[in-house]
Amino acid sequence: MKLTIPAFVGRIAFSALAALIGAIFALPLLWFLFAPFNARAELGLALPDPWTLSNFVTVFGNSYAVQALWNSFIQAVGGVILVGAAATLAAYALSRSSIPGKGAVTYILLLFSSVVSGSAAMVPIFLIISAAGLMDTHLAVILTFAGGLLPTAMFILRDFIDSIPKSYEESAMVAGASPVQAFFDVALPVIRPGIVVVVVWGFVNIWGSFLIPFILLRSDSNMPASVAIYSFYSEAGTPIVTLLAAYSLIYSLPVIALYLFVSWKFGFRFFGGIKA
Amino acid sequence: MASVEFKNVTKSFGEFTAVSDVSFDIADGEFVCLLGPSGCGKTTSLRMMAGLETPTSGHILIGGQEVTHLHPKDRNIAMVFQDYALYPHMNLADNIAYPLKVRGEPVAQRHARAKQVADVLKIGHLMDRLPSQISGGQQQRTSLARALVYPAKVYLFDEPLSNLDAKLRLEARGFLNHLQRDMGMTAVYVTHDQAEAMALATRIAVMDQGHIVQFASPIEIYRRPATTFVANFVGNPPMNLVEVEGAQVEGKLALKAEGLAIAALAMTDAIGKALAASGKLTLGVRPEHLGIAQTGATNTITAPLFANENMGPESLVTIDRGDSARVTARIFTDDHLDLSKVVTLRFSTEHVHLFDSTGKRIPALGE
Ligand SMILES: Nc1ncnc2c1ncn2[C@@H]1O[C@H](COP(=O)(O)OP(=O)(O)O)[C@@H](O)[C@H]1O
Ligand SMILES: [Mg+2]
Repeated sequence: MKLTIPAFVGRIAFSALAALIGAIFALPLLWFLFAPFNARAELGLALPDPWTLSNFVTVFGNSYAVQALWNSFIQAVGGVILVGAAATLAAYALSRSSIPGKGAVTYILLLFSSVVSGSAAMVPIFLIISAAGLMDTHLAVILTFAGGLLPTAMFILRDFIDSIPKSYEESAMVAGASPVQAFFDVALPVIRPGIVVVVVWGFVNIWGSFLIPFILLRSDSNMPASVAIYSFYSEAGTPIVTLLAAYSLIYSLPVIALYLFVSWKFGFRFFGGIKA
Repeated sequence: MASVEFKNVTKSFGEFTAVSDVSFDIADGEFVCLLGPSGCGKTTSLRMMAGLETPTSGHILIGGQEVTHLHPKDRNIAMVFQDYALYPHMNLADNIAYPLKVRGEPVAQRHARAKQVADVLKIGHLMDRLPSQISGGQQQRTSLARALVYPAKVYLFDEPLSNLDAKLRLEARGFLNHLQRDMGMTAVYVTHDQAEAMALATRIAVMDQGHIVQFASPIEIYRRPATTFVANFVGNPPMNLVEVEGAQVEGKLALKAEGLAIAALAMTDAIGKALAASGKLTLGVRPEHLGIAQTGATNTITAPLFANENMGPESLVTIDRGDSARVTARIFTDDHLDLSKVVTLRFSTEHVHLFDSTGKRIPALGE
């Protein structure tokens, strides 16, 4: 098909505009990829010359920064295990039992969940954690996130479990399995893709959070990476760009790895679309 | 194998009563079909036998033992589900062997037994496949194999063939019939397909709106349907029902309806009782008991031709008496019938059924 000249010019203008917009979004990402390997990185975008790993060497030499990554890991994994296990059991019960008003329970919890992990609840959370004597512990962060993420996790999983026929467990029970056996042998493997979604989502949430650990933790040795990033500032408050860039890249790797692993292993089809 | 007994079983879901005061006895080794239209409470009854639903009131006994509130796992029954309920993450071997696994049998033994059953059902070569990797007919046989892999007291089937296409359904039906003859299992089989019930059952329980309307052998249900509902549900096509005006004339029963010419029938006490209540009766004739006749003969029914369908060994001739009151005849001929615009169908009075104004069967002479 031949294009008329005005249409041709229009196409070119549109493509140029699209390319420009794309570039605006791509530039920070490029910086994010280049700067960690540049020993003289600044806030401007520049190709590393030469490419070097010296920034990473400095970061790994900083025991506080390394400890913080480990802390992030403990808090995220701990929170995810708690949320995953509790949400699976709760959602299963809500989906399969015939408790009257179970729908309302989920919705009310969901409503409050945005409050619990939000900044509005910071003071009560602080007071509760403090009264429980959990101040400055990993457990404080884990419990707070578990409470905040659980309702949404339950909601996602209940939807997922609702779409799985009851006849799976029923046939298992008729065949001689106890309800617990039927759950572990038949229901759990079928629900697993839903649990994976919740776990990834929970991990990303906790891994990236700043406010809650910042408030609930005191000592440097307990701080997660999201807070530790703030140690890469000079006394005067200007960022040490080289270290910041390298640390940011390391900090984002687990999340990227997690996504890749899940999409390789399970394929990412979000909430409603997940079928066993 | 064991008997099954329902004693005044009622099941309500809130206000709605799905099964209403149902009582019956299924003897050891019987193959009973629960037959009825969708929503009449067949599945609910079956699920109460399995223990997947608890009756609102009444008692259920299996092998003489009270099981009304017993958990499904403790009933030692087997069930084939309408959707097969094959575990999607297990291969066929593990699916079929699952009941043996929960019974604590070692892996080697239970897989050997699963293979044995699968071979009988001609799926033995598929044991490594997942359920999603086999055809619908094979899935159906897998679910059957899983039910047959252990000796159960009672085998329950919930429309197990309804997801198969017509040809596979006939094949599977024949196999189930063979199995029943072979094993002599006690089975309760839910279906809305009267042909399936007729072919498989030693006795059929016809259900309507939560009640059992008739519980009898297939032949009895075919020959002496208890109500117009049963008459209209069983048979292919079902029995023709003609609303007639009945009156006693000179000690005999005269029946009148548009297009109907029928000789007076012998009176009985039962007919007398029905007439005393109301003269509005229903005359029933099965399509296979109708033939083509000359206009004006007695024991005939005449109306304009509605459809003439040649099915190969037989023809279905339908006449329309107005207001969608149609009468269908099954004529056994492989010739094409050349029919005029108005057709007369004849019947013999020994093949007619009478129902009173409430739809109940009026017993014929000698019944
Ligand atoms: N769990 C339930 N809650 C409410 N109503 C139900 C439930 N199960 C079945 N019913 C109702 O009970 C009636 C009988 O259902 P069912 O036994 O499944 O019928 P059938 O198997 O004969 O088609 C239907 O009207 C159905 O809607
Ligand atoms: Mg049903």
